[in-house]
Amino acid sequence: MWSNLWPKLGAVVLAVAIWQLIVWSGWRPQSALPGPWPVLERLAGDLRNLDFYAGIGMTLRRAALGYAIAAGAGTVVAILIARVKLARRAVGSLLVGLQSMPSIAWFPLALLLLQRSEGAITLVVLMGAAPAIAAGLLSGIDQVHPMLIRVGRAMGADGLRLYRHVVLPAALPAFVGGLKQGWAFAWRSLMSAELLVVAGNQTSIGTQLQLARNLLDTQQLLALMIVIFVIGVVIDSLFGAVDRSVRQRWGLLGGEA
Amino acid sequence: MSNVMALSDKHALSVERLTVAFPHGDQVMLALDGATFEVKRGEFVCVVGASGSGKSTLLNVLAGLDRPSGGRAHVHGRVALIFQESALLPWLTAAGNVELALELRGVKASARQKVAHELLNRVHLAGFERRRPHELSGGMKQRAALARALAQEADVLLMDEPFAALDAISRDLLHEELERIWTESHLTILFVTHNAREAVRLGDRVIVLTSRPGRVAHEVPIDLPRPRSLDSPELAVIAGRITDRLKHEMSNGR
Ligand SMILES: Nc1ncnc2c1ncn2[C@@H]1O[C@H](COP(=O)(O)OP(=O)(O)O)[C@@H](O)[C@H]1O
Ligand SMILES: [Mg+2]
Repeated sequence: MWSNLWPKLGAVVLAVAIWQLIVWSGWRPQSALPGPWPVLERLAGDLRNLDFYAGIGMTLRRAALGYAIAAGAGTVVAILIARVKLARRAVGSLLVGLQSMPSIAWFPLALLLLQRSEGAITLVVLMGAAPAIAAGLLSGIDQVHPMLIRVGRAMGADGLRLYRHVVLPAALPAFVGGLKQGWAFAWRSLMSAELLVVAGNQTSIGTQLQLARNLLDTQQLLALMIVIFVIGVVIDSLFGAVDRSVRQRWGLLGGEA
Repeated sequence: MSNVMALSDKHALSVERLTVAFPHGDQVMLALDGATFEVKRGEFVCVVGASGSGKSTLLNVLAGLDRPSGGRAHVHGRVALIFQESALLPWLTAAGNVELALELRGVKASARQKVAHELLNRVHLAGFERRRPHELSGGMKQRAALARALAQEADVLLMDEPFAALDAISRDLLHEELERIWTESHLTILFVTHNAREAVRLGDRVIVLTSRPGRVAHEVPIDLPRPRSLDSPELAVIAGRITDRLKHEMSNGR
């Protein structure tokens, strides 16, 4: 536990030290680039403010909504593609293309089509996460060891029961990998979209970030960046923990456990 | 047809001129070419053949996993198949694997745990119910696979080199275990191996396959009293003769 934590703490200390050194070097005036201490003070102040949590809450709600739809859609699409041979060849390469396309490119179209910015944001998050999730599950299904399929069939499982008891569990580690990657894409897409949305009384993290820039409030800007960073790290490490426990259960971890 | 019906009382499985071809480039390659034999109810029959002689293919066809290209393979009753590499589902515990076989057979959820426990007990895996496959030794995995096959309540047990990857001591123990389970039950066993001594140790009869493609070259009834020892000189003599025959077949197959 501690041996895991030390290197991470060290990295944080190092990053803060470099930041402080840059500030001390006088490269930019303190008003443009404040040091770590005033930023942390500002962050502490923000964290005592309920509105700040409302903003984080709004951003996380959007992420959760888009991601949940992406997880559902990605799963269904992957299973359909896996079941229909022809669809696999057609849609398989499409999926790869979609995965490498920055989903923010969907945003202008989404704004025109959906008019409401909430729907557009959800769509961007969805298009960011769904291809990675579908691709993860699909590669998991593709890579199920043929022996396991034979085992299932020899036990009398066929069709849906084979899927439920053998194929999907066997594909789970790859699926979790896809979910993890999908989350990373969703979070990035959401930040891009929130920066672009210019709507009235919204307090989402992205909007606040944009606002801080417009007000030349770099302390707030850096405080928000820290929040975005921490949220990303925390959720990513949750996925990491799930990933490890699945791989552990599936016997996929080497001697390192 | 009526002939087949008449046989079905006595026979647990029959293989008639069984041919299986696989595509090989733009040609076909025969894995089995007209294999014919029968196994009586309750009989323990071993099939020996060099690697590539179509042993696994034979079992896969009997288990309904592969289709014959010609001839027929028929099993009277339910079959269970045990594979060489441990084919336990890695995400389920030993008990979970057995319980899944019970579930797929339609056993009620409330009864599964108890039955799985009894079956694991029968193969001497009591206390290892909650272990996952990667936490079991090779021998224990094959015991669990045996329990899972028993959970299928099959009439015919097909075994594909199940002990080939085990150390000598585990294999000895599993031979005894399997023989005991067979004696206590009405199981018919078709046991495939490339090891002539193992075949003579276990079988009432040993069927020797030709090499590439497989056909029945030879059948040897084994009249040695049970339990047999893998190291007994009588067994070694018979096994030696079968091994010579196998070598002969292999040099023909080249
Ligand atoms: N699914 C398959 N596709 C193509 N060739 C196969 C397949 N299964 C087996 N074969 C071939 O059939 C022959 C017999 O294989 P197998 O039944 O596995 O032999 P054994 O179990 O006796 O070693 C081998 O030459 C093998 O390469
Ligand atoms: Mg084989």
